[in-house]
Amino acid sequence: MELKDKQVVAIGEREGVNGPSLKLLAESAGATVVFSVTECFV
Amino acid sequence: MDLDDQANVNRLAETVGKDGMVIILGQPDPNSAGLFAETVTRGDPTWAGPLAGVPLGLPVYHILEPEIREHMDADLYQEHVGLMELSADVDAIIKSVKSYREPSDA
Repeated sequence: MELKDKQVVAIGEREGVNGPSLKLLAESAGATVVFSVTECFV
Repeated sequence: MDLDDQANVNRLAETVGKDGMVIILGQPDPNSAGLFAETVTRGDPTWAGPLAGVPLGLPVYHILEPEIREHMDADLYQEHVGLMELSADVDAIIKSVKSYREPSDA
């Protein structure tokens, strides 16, 4: 899945990979991150 | 998924458009990853949020999936995902998310 030029929504989780980390990684693949959040699943 | 986040995803799907939009998840287990994947594809299964009954059908991937990982910076990936990759049930998480992305393969 090519992420270059895609609009990414990053939904991370505190106990997994958080939103800012997902954002960094998506941007490293050339994507634009339009929304990033870290959820706490209970 | 948090109700405010559901509203944000719904708004972005309407304003940015579904074409070219991709959801990336970072949940640590198959159940929570599947719940989030279901919410952005078929709608909120708990019927509590703005995406209840709203099947957006967005392409959703987990950060552990090779299909997206291969395009990311390897050093950054190791730094931010390496630890979870060691402890998580990678195959089960991928299978769970994929079952919502490609329901015909489930």
